[in-house]
Amino acid sequence: MTIETLIPVAYLIAAITFILGLKGLSSPTTAVQGNRIAAGGMLIAVIATFFAADVKGGVPIILAGIAVGGVAGFAGARMVKMTAMPQMVALFNGAGGGAAALVAILEFARNVDAGSLEFGPTLATLLALIIGAVSFSGSAVAFGKLQGLITPKAFRYSSQQLVTGGIAAATLLLSLVLLASAFFGAVNVPAMFLIALITLLALAFGIALVMPIGGADMPVVISLLNAYTGLAVAMAGFTLNNQLLIVAGTLVGASGTILTRLMSKAMNRSLGNVLFGAFGAATTASGAAASAGLEGRSIRSIGPEDAAILLSYAQNVIVVPGYGLAVAQAQHSVRELADLLESKGISVKYAIHPVAGRMPGHMNVLLAEANVPYDKLFDMDQINPEFQRADVALVIGANDVTNPAARSNPGSPIYGMPILDVDKAQNIIVIKRSMKPGFAGIDNDLYLDPKTAMLFGDAKEAVGKVVQELKKAA
Amino acid sequence: MTGEAIVAAYVFVLAIFVGFEVVSKVPSTLHTPLMSGANAIHGIVIVGAMLVASAIGGTLGTILGFLAVVLGTANVVGGFVVTDRMLAMFKQRPARKRE
Repeated sequence: MTIETLIPVAYLIAAITFILGLKGLSSPTTAVQGNRIAAGGMLIAVIATFFAADVKGGVPIILAGIAVGGVAGFAGARMVKMTAMPQMVALFNGAGGGAAALVAILEFARNVDAGSLEFGPTLATLLALIIGAVSFSGSAVAFGKLQGLITPKAFRYSSQQLVTGGIAAATLLLSLVLLASAFFGAVNVPAMFLIALITLLALAFGIALVMPIGGADMPVVISLLNAYTGLAVAMAGFTLNNQLLIVAGTLVGASGTILTRLMSKAMNRSLGNVLFGAFGAATTASGAAASAGLEGRSIRSIGPEDAAILLSYAQNVIVVPGYGLAVAQAQHSVRELADLLESKGISVKYAIHPVAGRMPGHMNVLLAEANVPYDKLFDMDQINPEFQRADVALVIGANDVTNPAARSNPGSPIYGMPILDVDKAQNIIVIKRSMKPGFAGIDNDLYLDPKTAMLFGDAKEAVGKVVQELKKAA
Repeated sequence: MTGEAIVAAYVFVLAIFVGFEVVSKVPSTLHTPLMSGANAIHGIVIVGAMLVASAIGGTLGTILGFLAVVLGTANVVGGFVVTDRMLAMFKQRPARKRE
């Protein structure tokens, strides 16, 4: 028995650790351990691969690659702020997709050299290439949008669906040509040229797919791209006939699919609507109508003193955090405010909308960072009945997820999206930088509610001032 | 279909079921770490990158193989480290369960 026969065993162990790792994530108490078990499995798989007969000649290149990628990945992961987590995940996801696409290209090159393009492997490799490339360029655009390098708004142009559809059709056509030539054994077409074209088209498709999607829909996009990369890796597993890649890629594909479905459901929209719908580019008619409404009615603006008084007379306070809180890094100030209120015997709860933030569960992570106990965080379904008993709802940097138009105005682009019933609270304080509409690009009727008081300012500063006022009063 | 391909297909189908079964139990609190952890797991593509990078010849092939390993490693290392950082914040919470 040589050491090489043990490689599949190592891969089996790695596959088991991945399943255990994901299983560990089902509870906060076992999650850290689960993640480390999976990382250990990954290490075992990588070490085992060094013993494969094919790898011998490539060791220097592989070690160099691991050194460069390892330092880049480690540094990026250590330095990133918790608020910038979504774009970091997008970036690592794109890296995985790019790696899968490169694996597919190199596998094609090897088979074309050997003159053996068979139908089955060609199909799998083609899928790995296309899905991986789409995930790579799509993640890059998502990263750019979240980082603010390119406009986070939905980027739309008149013939957009035509262009996206055209790219998809061309990719499909060239793929069919390649598959046909593999099937009939006629490799008259310059195969590598076709593959290069398909790669470029797939990259273009990823860009065309994500550019028109607005920042508010990023949680869905990131989950979807995550599923794509998983699938690309699974397909690469078929190509290389490597079961570990199939298992790991498929697990990720399944998890990404589940999250994507949950996110779309939380916005009451189908996936197709997220990807191709006119969200974000709010119909001009209803946009104009809404802004006319804003001018016609007045909003009530208050200072930190009044907010402090309002809060100190309350018994039940529900905090509604949104992305504005994340941007301002206000989670620690909010936690301080909550501690102060609780020391006065006031109950403080947090209402977390499923798509608050820029990736699924983003707000939970930020509040956990500020040491907010997770049993104070409530999902939309749990907290909504409690708003009518709340004396004050404190909305910090959240906008679209509190807009009552989603319930009442069929003309609104977000009509039908489940929202937090903030407007049912006795008093509402909205901390917001300006009257600018949120990522969805639509005005929020909540701000016109007579019960609503607007406290304008940066979330962190404003909350800090309220804390000072409360301390003065005490 | 060859024997190898059909075995691979079985593995694929079973993994779909395992994936759905395991992941559907994750609470929404942990969705971000889940996504990031899953993200790290698809970094297993590094194994594929290692295999093709050594099998390929020529300058362009070597460069692309090197890039594949770089991207795969960044995915693995970055993914696991970020997830670990996030989860560390959940660690010292009271173990009380939410309904």
